[in-house]
Order: sequence, then C-alpha cells, then structure tokens
Amino acid sequence: MSAASWAVGRHGRSSQGPREAATWDRGQIIATELRAIRGRSYPRIAGMFREPSWILFEILLPFLTTSAFVFVYRALQAPPQYVGFVVLGGVMIAFWLNVVWLMAGQLYWEKDQGNLELYFAAPMDMMSVLFGMAIGGLIMSSTRAAVVLVVATVLYDVVFRVEQWLLLGGVFLLTLFALYGLGMVLASLFLLWGREVWHLNQLLQEPVYFVSGVNFPVNRLGLLGALAIATLPLAVGLDAMRQLAFAGQAAETAFLPPEAEAGLILVMVAVFLVLARAMLRLMERLARREGRLTVRGR
Amino acid sequence: MNHVDTGASAAPDDAGGRFPAIETTALRRVYSAKPRPIVALDGVDLVVQPGELFGLLGPNGAGKTTLIKILTTLLLPTSGSARVFGFDVVTETKQIRRIMNMVAGGEQSGYGLLKAREQLWMFSQFYGLTSREGWRRVDELVEAIGFSEQAEQKVSTLSTGQRQKMNLARGFLNDPWVLFLDEPTLGLDVGAARVVRSLIREWQAAVPGRTILLTTHYMAEADELCERVAIVDRGRILAIGSPAELKRRVQKESIFRLELEHFAAGPRALADLPGVLKAVGASAADTSSGDGAGRDAVGITLVLAEDAALTGVVQAVTSMGAEITALQKSEPTLEDVFVELVGQGFAEVEAGDGPS
Repeated sequence: MSAASWAVGRHGRSSQGPREAATWDRGQIIATELRAIRGRSYPRIAGMFREPSWILFEILLPFLTTSAFVFVYRALQAPPQYVGFVVLGGVMIAFWLNVVWLMAGQLYWEKDQGNLELYFAAPMDMMSVLFGMAIGGLIMSSTRAAVVLVVATVLYDVVFRVEQWLLLGGVFLLTLFALYGLGMVLASLFLLWGREVWHLNQLLQEPVYFVSGVNFPVNRLGLLGALAIATLPLAVGLDAMRQLAFAGQAAETAFLPPEAEAGLILVMVAVFLVLARAMLRLMERLARREGRLTVRGR
Repeated sequence: MNHVDTGASAAPDDAGGRFPAIETTALRRVYSAKPRPIVALDGVDLVVQPGELFGLLGPNGAGKTTLIKILTTLLLPTSGSARVFGFDVVTETKQIRRIMNMVAGGEQSGYGLLKAREQLWMFSQFYGLTSREGWRRVDELVEAIGFSEQAEQKVSTLSTGQRQKMNLARGFLNDPWVLFLDEPTLGLDVGAARVVRSLIREWQAAVPGRTILLTTHYMAEADELCERVAIVDRGRILAIGSPAELKRRVQKESIFRLELEHFAAGPRALADLPGVLKAVGASAADTSSGDGAGRDAVGITLVLAEDAALTGVVQAVTSMGAEITALQKSEPTLEDVFVELVGQGFAEVEAGDGPS
C-alpha cells in the first residue's frame, strides 16, 4: 500500500465536498448512533476478558456477603424462600454495583481522562455513549449475576417456583433498563457535582442496598421501604421478582402485586431515559457556556 | 476590539457552495473568574481558506486553545461569530462535527486496557464507519504511520511519542475536511516531532481542500509547516501572513551574505550601487569556507533597500571579474516578529498569567 493511499482516504473515492459530507440523511445518523453504541460498549466487553481480577472482586467477594445472610437465615430457621430472596438480591447487586461504579461515575472519569471532549466533538449523540456504556456494563454484570445465581442455587438448594415466566423475564429486563436509565441520569449529575464522585458512589452503595431490601423483604422497612419501592428500580424490581420467582411464598412480604410493580418500573424507565437526555443537554449547554465540564482538571 | 487585515478574503458563496474553511468575526470569549473575568479572546477576525495549513502562534495563555475549542464546538463564544465551512459553531454543531476532527498534544484519551488498534477502531465507530471499514482504515493508518509493531500493545504501555502517533491516526480516521491540531508535537523528542510533522504535511497535501488549523508555540514548527500564520497574544491576533511576509514586516531591509573570489575592489565598491544601503566585509570565520583569506575569498554583508537591488549587485560583481561562490539571504525568525509586535519574547509573556 502506498503512503498516498492512507492519506487520500475516503475523499479519494468520493466526490463529496465538505458541505455535502456534513449533510447526513436519517439512515446515516441512525447507523452512526448504533455504531457508536457498539464502539463504546467494546472497552467493557474487552475488559471483561483482559482483566480476570474482576472474577475475584466482582464475584467471589460479594458472594461471601450473600452467603453470610444465607447462614444467618438458616441459623434463625427462617422460611426457606428467604434464602432464595437473598440469592436474588445477590444477583441484582451485580447490576447495581455496575451502575454505581461504571455508569454514575463514568462521565466524570471520562472527563478526567480527556475522553469527554472527544465524545462531544464527535458527530454522535452523547446518549449513544451512555447506551454503549450501559450495554457493555450489562454484559459484564450479567456474567457475574449468572455465576452468582447458578452457584448459589446449587450450593444452597434454592427451589424456584415460577408460574409467570414471561412476566418474570419482563420484570427482570425492565428492572435492568430502569437501573441503567438511572445510571445514565446519575452520570450527568455526578459530572456536574464534580470532585465528590467517590463519596457519592459510597453513598449510593450500602444505603441503597439497605433501603432496597437486597438481603431481606423490603416491606420490613415500612414507610422507608415504600419510598424505596416508589423511587428505586432495585427495590421495586427485587420485590416483583421475588413474588414471581417464589410464587405464593412472597405475597405476604410484598408491597404491590407484581403486575403493578412492573407498571411502576416501566414508568421509571421512561422517566429516567427522558431525564438522562435532559441532563445531557443541560450538561452540554453548561460545558459549552462555562468551558469547564469537558476540560480536564477544571 | 482588535481587527487586523486577515490577509485573505472569504471565498464567494457560489453555486458550488464554497465557503471559507474557517471564518471568525469579532470573536470574543470571556471566562468567569475571580477576582475578575478573564478575556481569552478579544475580537478575533480570521479567515482560513480551504486547503490551507494555518498556524496560530503564541505563548501559553494567548487564547489559541480557546479558539480551537470554539471552532470544534466545545465552547460557546461570548460574542461574535465563528463558522466552519459555513456552518455556525453555535447552531450547526452536528454538521461541523461530521467533517472535523481534533488532536491535542499530550492527549491521554482512550482506555489503557485496550490495544492501540482496538482503541482506534472504537473511535472509528463514533464517526459512523462500518466495523469492517473501521478495521481497514485503522490498519491502513497503523501501517502508514509506522505503528504496526505497537498496534497490538495495550494503550497504557505506549510511550509519549507512540501515543501521539496513535492520536494523530485517530484524527485522520474519519478523513475530516478540517483538522484541528493543538500543539501536536508537545513533549515529543526531535525525531518523533519530525515524523508527526511529516505525517501532517502528507495527509493535508493528499486531497485539495483539506484544511488544518494548528496551534503551536514552537516558532520553527510554524515556520516549517504553515502556509500562513497568525501571531496571537492575550486573545488578540497581532499579525497574519505567510512566515516570510511576517518576517519581512520586522525586517524593512533585505540582508544578504555573499562570498566572492577574485574580488579585489573590496566592499566599498558595492556601497554606492543603487539600492545598496550598506556593504561591509565579513570576517573569515563568518564565510562558509572559513578560510577565505588564504584562498583570495571575501565575505561581504550587504544591506539592501529591497531584494530587487541584488540583481544590480550581481551584475556589478561579475563585471569586476569576481566570482560569487555563495549567496545567502539572512532572515529574521518568527520569534523576532513576535518580539517586534509584543515587545517581549514568549518566555516573558508566559511568565505572566493568562487563559489557555
């Protein structure tokens, strides 16, 4: 290949001038957004195989916490479905951790790395970057969640009783959409708040586990639990999935029927996506006006 | 407000839709800061035509990066206007982003765990290349920039020079019509900087109409690369022109150094010629041969009113039976231009505060 060929690039094969090249049809725009999503998800998927340490930190260590609660419930001779509740909670922790650490704080770190201004300067929508991060994160976390689910089920003899498979699958997917939608909102918020990312992440981790009832039925928290159900996708998703995965065994510990909770999660998905888009717009406006959000170290 | 002759007029908006590659009018940017706002750009008028390799030369804090950030749609102007190929930086950001790219010196972008080749592919996706086209373009660039050996290395293991090559390749990925380079050789050793400059030149020259706006505070780099240069200080453009034009501004006279053999008449014989302001003998050490006295060679420094007067000098010398063995024009540097315009050198200006 001659040096000129690389330098000529696509322009050598196109008669388009700059004005024409800047005018994209709808097909080009959609294709670019989809490719941008794929591009941004790539580092997460590649990272999964490249840094095997995540198996220790993201599977084995959190699994110990889940196991601890299993032993506590067994020692207290709690009904057997409680072990299943904890295992489900352990599965969903994988996603929440990913949302907190690799979604909410991510734009701040992207800024620090100098990536954010390159993202803004590219022709894609920033929502595609967030979607890419979310999809990459979902694939990462799903692996961990699946490992926790299978190992814990076998190890602790969890017996699921599912009567509405479709609804269970739907609630699970909706919960993930809502969780990552919330992560997308938080990503912009954290960037606006700036330097407190680590503290904010800590704040969102343990307290949210607690109020979401990751290791116990959330209705035990009374009003606080109700608030969590109304605002946190982790809380409402878990409550619905417990009812659906242990049919007839979780009704007394549930807040609302699973169908109603599915509707609530659907509303959350819509609200979070709209909010995420609005936050991104606000962030970009502020970044361009004040000249600080995209600039490293300012 | 500062309005200087931009040295180029806007191309007419004819049926083919020709626009200047870059056009700013009374562009001003003020950053909020305490105790008082910082004026980063103070009424910049600039026209860069398609196909130009244009340099912004100025010390740190002159406002070069701010101008690039506005043109790349990352920053809003406080007042005034800026257009890239006719698209407004405030309202037509998407169009601009589709035809431009940017690379900054010392850039640490990307993800350390990715291989360099993967990272480039990832960025190709943001510009809408298909996956296959992205890999093909990446491989083409990797080979062209002499990066094949490092392409499979993790980004975190690359040296500064290797990283900058990779960043430059990223800038070429989408074949932008306008490429913004912010201090592209910052922190590079001489060899790596030379490679980067050569890639920039080759890429720009390959397709007519490709435009590069480059900021630098390396005088020699601006002189070597740029067809035109704007000298910037404290948010103002102080002068625009080709490096030769700018240097002529500070050197009203033309200075030549001649080496002559068999020239018995001496410098005085040239002093009275038309257009010759001064003709003085140069020491033997100043001549290129260095041992002129022993070889009947004479070194003469001529100060001429203008270059054209040299013709008369050459004719006179020849008619006197002498032979010209060397002729060199002595030119001032861009640093001299800057000092003339600002009253102090880069180092002194950078010692003061200013936006970047």
